[in-house]
Amino acid sequence: MSTTLERWEPVIGLEVHVQLGTDTKMFCGCRNLFGAPPNALTCPVCLGLPGALPVPNRKAAELAIRFGLAVGGTIAEVTRFDRKQYFYPDLPKGYQISQDKGPIVTGGAVTTSFFGDGKTIRLIRAHLEEDAGKGQHEESGGSTLVDLNRCGIPLLEIVSAPDLRSAEDAWAYLNELRLTLRTLDISECDMEKGSLRCDVNVSIRPRGTIPFGDRVELKNLNSFRGVERAIRHEIERQAALLEAGGKIELETRLWDDEKGESRLMRKKESAPDYRYFPDPDLPPFAVGRAWVDRVAAEAPELPLKRLERYTSVYGLSDYDSKVLITDPSICRYFEETTALCNDPKNAANWITSELFGLMKGGVSIDDVKVRPTHIAELVALVKAGTLNVRSAREVLAKQYEDPRPAKEWVEKLGLVQVSDRDALVAIIRKGMEMNPKAVADLKAGKEKAAGAIVGYAMKETKGRGNPAILNEILAELLKTL
Amino acid sequence: MTGPLSLTALADSVRSGARTSVDIATEYLDRIERRSDLGAFLAVDRARTLAEAVAVDARVARGESLPLAGVPVAVKDNIHAIGFPTTCASRILEGFRPPFDATVVEKLRAAGAVVLGKTNLDEFAMGSSTENSAFTPCRNPWANDRIPGGSSGGSAAAVAANLAPAALGSDTGGSIRQPAALTGTVGLKPTYGRVSRYGLVAFGSSLDQVGPMTRRVEDAAILHDVLSGHDPKDATTSARDHEPTAPRVRDGVRGLRIGLPDEYFGDAVDPEIRVSVENAGRALEAAGAVLKRVSLPHTPHAIPTYYIVATSEASSNLARYDGVHYGRRHPEAVDIASLFTGSRSAYLGKEVKRRILLGTWCLSSGFYDAFYDRALRIRSLLKADFDAAFRDVDVVLCPTTPTPAWRLGEKISDPVQMYVADILTGACNLAGIPGLAVPCGITERTGTRLPIGAQLMGPAWSESLLLRAGAVIEAACWDPSFVPSSGSAS
Repeated sequence: MSTTLERWEPVIGLEVHVQLGTDTKMFCGCRNLFGAPPNALTCPVCLGLPGALPVPNRKAAELAIRFGLAVGGTIAEVTRFDRKQYFYPDLPKGYQISQDKGPIVTGGAVTTSFFGDGKTIRLIRAHLEEDAGKGQHEESGGSTLVDLNRCGIPLLEIVSAPDLRSAEDAWAYLNELRLTLRTLDISECDMEKGSLRCDVNVSIRPRGTIPFGDRVELKNLNSFRGVERAIRHEIERQAALLEAGGKIELETRLWDDEKGESRLMRKKESAPDYRYFPDPDLPPFAVGRAWVDRVAAEAPELPLKRLERYTSVYGLSDYDSKVLITDPSICRYFEETTALCNDPKNAANWITSELFGLMKGGVSIDDVKVRPTHIAELVALVKAGTLNVRSAREVLAKQYEDPRPAKEWVEKLGLVQVSDRDALVAIIRKGMEMNPKAVADLKAGKEKAAGAIVGYAMKETKGRGNPAILNEILAELLKTL
Repeated sequence: MTGPLSLTALADSVRSGARTSVDIATEYLDRIERRSDLGAFLAVDRARTLAEAVAVDARVARGESLPLAGVPVAVKDNIHAIGFPTTCASRILEGFRPPFDATVVEKLRAAGAVVLGKTNLDEFAMGSSTENSAFTPCRNPWANDRIPGGSSGGSAAAVAANLAPAALGSDTGGSIRQPAALTGTVGLKPTYGRVSRYGLVAFGSSLDQVGPMTRRVEDAAILHDVLSGHDPKDATTSARDHEPTAPRVRDGVRGLRIGLPDEYFGDAVDPEIRVSVENAGRALEAAGAVLKRVSLPHTPHAIPTYYIVATSEASSNLARYDGVHYGRRHPEAVDIASLFTGSRSAYLGKEVKRRILLGTWCLSSGFYDAFYDRALRIRSLLKADFDAAFRDVDVVLCPTTPTPAWRLGEKISDPVQMYVADILTGACNLAGIPGLAVPCGITERTGTRLPIGAQLMGPAWSESLLLRAGAVIEAACWDPSFVPSSGSAS
């Protein structure tokens, strides 16, 4: 592998399709949901019945504009839809409404600040289109069933420039793109549910040369790791072919993740002629300045802006900030907790070290029973001196299984911190009597010796003694000696 | 015997209680049955229509105010009406029953109209004679060995023979106006965007409009007012308010400037038709209008441009008839490719296939610029022609067709001859402007009397002016109560 990369430089571009998180489909009022019974979410428009007509979804256009602004692209003043024509059973109109000549977003770039080395990958365009349905081949009988629920779900196709130079670049770019799309509530970007799909174009050229090699398109990529694997494999395949005196042909290949190899889908000569032309059912529409400004004003905070705020306003470390920001659901959780307890540092701490410690095996924070109210309460209890950190940790562990309020657990476990001065004075006195050496050391200025006495007191109070008060009492008693 | 009643008279008789909607529907259904030889209807459902009529009578009894109370309307069979099949006169849609009403049908029904049945047409509205119907050709009530024009030939024949007091047609390149002219009826192609296309099976989406076909100009105005207006289901309808045209249809033409475009009176037009339309012009002049000659220089390019735009859009619009989701599926299909090609080869007609191939070619990579893109540029020149003319005149007057109705079979083997029949009507659709065909005279061919239609065109949204001018021509040149006796000349 490494020797291949010494001789050859890969040039990679990605075409990413994301389903937009609108309430309804791109051109009709059907709900945009995953997992409904087959063909339950359909109407004459998305079924492509004769006589039905599309009406564009403004919200989908807004999400596309939001994306365009986030990546610094140019928003078209006038955008239009075109028909992309091909025959397929899951495409009931015989064409897909897409954007060919007038995409809503052109240009822009994605920088791999969170997942990569800060490289900037330019975008060529992002355009709106409608999703197709799904065919399901039956094992027995050889018939094919068609589910048109997905038909008409709004998609944004994001086309990168061929700026990626390695499989790692592609992985970082995909993650960065997903972070932006999820942070901005544009798309769920869940590859398993098909709300993010990705095709890859790969070519290689001898290191130090400029012209691009002929490219191969890879399809059927089902995970980010799969994309990486497929690119690595394709680089090796092309290098081996070229080094054996062969030629790369423009073709489309299907990746088989199980076998770890790709197979030919079609050669360039059999590539379909989509016969794009402007959709006469959808007049071009103007995207006015006022609309763009409103979309910009309503857009959620970008990940980099958020990083800046966490480090400068919240005073979190760069590392902690990134841990929170790279997962928008954790980030949401953190923001909620902070809003409740007004202590971002401790909120971040409790979430990233304590709560994460309890979450095992890919559990999503959205499914955890401990909610931001729980964390905020613990932070407040510790701050007020009602609980010490150790007890709070114990409560959190209990709440993780049974999310009753902290106060109930504190009572049940008898964890209220002992701050009763008289009781604590008696315990410290006893500790001093039992540790004359420590007392002597303390008097000689060896402050570390306090540990033995305070430790004894903590043991006596079953860990509930307020350590600050214990230290204070010890200091006072030493003075009286 | 009095002639057929106007729509106002029909609706008045129901509203006043003089007659019931059921009586009227029965009368028309009986006549349809007696004249099944015309081939005007593809679907009639007496029980369904009478049930609709009963419901209208109940609404009238409840005191609902219905502008079209009990008026039976025939609907071209490429427009959806719940309860009736929609076949587009094509085998490929045989058995298809639409699950929704076209917006125009919804509006008609809301206004108290009753759907009388579905009328014959050229398959998918592709043709000028209604001979391309996959089920039965339609005959002209003036001479049953002649064609009624097309593609809305069934609607035209039904109205001409008084099998319906009014009908809906659709017009992509003349499909309302040309059959109206050839059957002595009135046909209005509204401004593009005036009337919803939702529920009209698309042929050429940027050209198609639904419009009324009636015996009288006033009836066309009444129906047009019901059909017009913005539809949230059709993104190409205009948001502008529709100002009713019927109240002003008798306002006359005093001071109106009327242009006679030179290019529409050329040698391709039958001399008797020219004379008859000039005659209509003199009637307008006598009513106070001013006649002027105008020029629409790009007119000769209208037909090739029209056939590129319409067939390109059609090749895309008709891709959905693939045998997968609805309509007919070829029984011997063994895989996806044979399902598509088998169904389309077996159940689409010759003319439809010809146009799909033509359109597919025009949009293909490498040909797009030379055909489709160039056609769009000529289209804007044609629009500019009209814009320029309408700076000098308010409307233009010209013939609707170059010839009167021809014999069945006369042009069927020569598609180009057939395409030329649209020579005077296609530019109007390309420009998106309204056009009205109104009968203005009669010619005799081998002993058979055949009607002649004048055509009025105006700037976008000028339907009211066209209808006013049309009413003047009608009053001077035509007897709308005349129903042709349906003998054959030969």
